[in-house]
Amino acid sequence: MILEIHDVSKNFGGLQALSDVSLSVPEGEILGLIGPNGAGKTTLFNVINGVYPPTNGRVFFQSKEVTAKKPYHLAKMGLARTHQIVQPLEELTVRENVMVGACFGKEDHGLGSARELAEEVLDFVGLGERKDQMAASLNVAQKKRLELARALAARPTLLLLDEVLAGLNPSEISAMIETVAEIREQGITIIMIEHVMHAVMNVSERVVVLDYGRLISEGTPEEVSHDPKVIEAYLGDPKLAEEIASGGQQGGGL
Amino acid sequence: MKILRKPGFWLPIMLVLLLGLWPVMTDNAANREVVNSILVSVALASSLNILLGYTGYVSFGHIVFFGFGAYTGFYLMSEQGWPIYAAMIMAGLVPAVLAYLLGSAILRLRGAYFALATIGINEAARAFVKNFDPLGGSVGMQLNFQIYNDYGGAAQALWLTYYLLLGVTIVILIVSYLVRFSKFGLGLMAIRENEDAAEVMGVVAPSAKTRAYVISAFFPGIVGLLFFFKNATILPGDAFRLHLSIETIVMVMLGGAGTVLGPVLGGAGYQRLRGTLLVTPLFRNVQLVVAGVLLLTIILFIPAGVVGWLRYHVRGLRRVLE
Ligand SMILES: Nc1ncnc2c1ncn2[C@@H]1O[C@H](COP(=O)(O)OP(=O)(O)OP(=O)(O)O)[C@@H](O)[C@H]1O
Ligand SMILES: [Mg+2]
Repeated sequence: MILEIHDVSKNFGGLQALSDVSLSVPEGEILGLIGPNGAGKTTLFNVINGVYPPTNGRVFFQSKEVTAKKPYHLAKMGLARTHQIVQPLEELTVRENVMVGACFGKEDHGLGSARELAEEVLDFVGLGERKDQMAASLNVAQKKRLELARALAARPTLLLLDEVLAGLNPSEISAMIETVAEIREQGITIIMIEHVMHAVMNVSERVVVLDYGRLISEGTPEEVSHDPKVIEAYLGDPKLAEEIASGGQQGGGL
Repeated sequence: MKILRKPGFWLPIMLVLLLGLWPVMTDNAANREVVNSILVSVALASSLNILLGYTGYVSFGHIVFFGFGAYTGFYLMSEQGWPIYAAMIMAGLVPAVLAYLLGSAILRLRGAYFALATIGINEAARAFVKNFDPLGGSVGMQLNFQIYNDYGGAAQALWLTYYLLLGVTIVILIVSYLVRFSKFGLGLMAIRENEDAAEVMGVVAPSAKTRAYVISAFFPGIVGLLFFFKNATILPGDAFRLHLSIETIVMVMLGGAGTVLGPVLGGAGYQRLRGTLLVTPLFRNVQLVVAGVLLLTIILFIPAGVVGWLRYHVRGLRRVLE
């Protein structure tokens, strides 16, 4: 198991964002993490990579306990993530943004090799043309790709993707899904949070569902999409519920 | 060495060297005094830039290091009979250690909270020195004029401190360039842009920030020692002037925070302006008001400073101005 989460809870004041979540992710898996808005998905990522310490519970990454370790410890161990709300280093160039990932991530590159790696990764995510631009000048879709490029330049073993498809148009979505599939082929374990159901359902080997901070369902996309608890969780959003029930086959999504 | 071929490396150094050689060529002590005060400004601004410009932490306490270093070196020279060279090293090291200790405590604060803490440090440092008798308390310390004989007499000693200041200023510019274009510097700039995102990417922000703070604190003390050695007197009120901290920030912002050249232009430009204002009776007492208005104007209209503005508007200059 590359990642193990044991009974993790997280409270924000009176709000219980996560309640006793346990989860194991085997190496090489691509795991979908879904759930309605406010279910605690991003919070789970934040607890895994050390942005917040959990209120209770323990986290193991590559069999080492990392509970409440700092984000930079986890980054150096080989964990990289993207942010749902993009966090570009605005006044640095696109290339420099990605070089930060390469320099300070798992492989600890020097500036020279970081630069080469950055260009390679930028070509891979389709931002090769923009490497000398300031990150602030990118549009949202490009900033999402920049998030991905920075994470990949760290040469991670585990990659956490937080809604990389949100805000993209259909053709950008299919391009991004292709990119994610290619990353997967490089042997990187991926957990992806996604609201675009047909994408998660098609790409993931396994899906877990959070609702009000609880893990309510877990299984293959097929199993999860027929789980009444999941359908109920999404009742507030009948269109999405219907989409899940049909296994996300007809596409669309948000 | 590749950097020797970079115009961005040479330009600031050449500017300072040319300026620095002018009094030597004209062999004129009055010119020397003018350039001396410009060099003090450039050195203070460039060292502050490592924290303010590269790392994005606004410190109102830069002058504390100037004051502490000066006091340390002055004490070693006047009370312990150290030669100026050894005293210079201690004048750098003691503030650097102080910055390390302070940094571990206050660099955890972000934004305005860090800035406020540094104001407190400025005031605390002055109060401490004023009441600390071994450093002369409120009457400060004086150098015995005999000491200048060790350096070939008063006139010679003044030239010596001038050359030392010129040398130190150039060393600061070299360090500034090396930091700016190193992996360490990339980490600092990542912190400046977004500290949380930088940590997620693996930048060990607490230690990087502390190192930046220590480097920026090493140089002002040496400058301070040279400054007060020349005056032969040191007083708490002169060594810890909060408004000099503010003016140093103005210099960095004016020239362009986060660039190597910016603090050179900003320091020189502001110092010239100040020199003019000080001899104009109307403005003598409103020097700080002018600094404030200038700062406001920069922040509102050219937040990237002169160098940032030029880089943005004149494409061809981007390779030259860094
Ligand atoms: N730093 C914080 N302080 C207080 N409350 C927070 C904080 N972060 C998240 N929360 C709360 O925790 C709950 C879970 O939020 P989280 O962002 O994890 O949801 P999510 O599943 O990612 O939702 P979305 O699909 O909208 O991104 C929400 O009620 C949110 O308001
Ligand atoms: Mg979220």
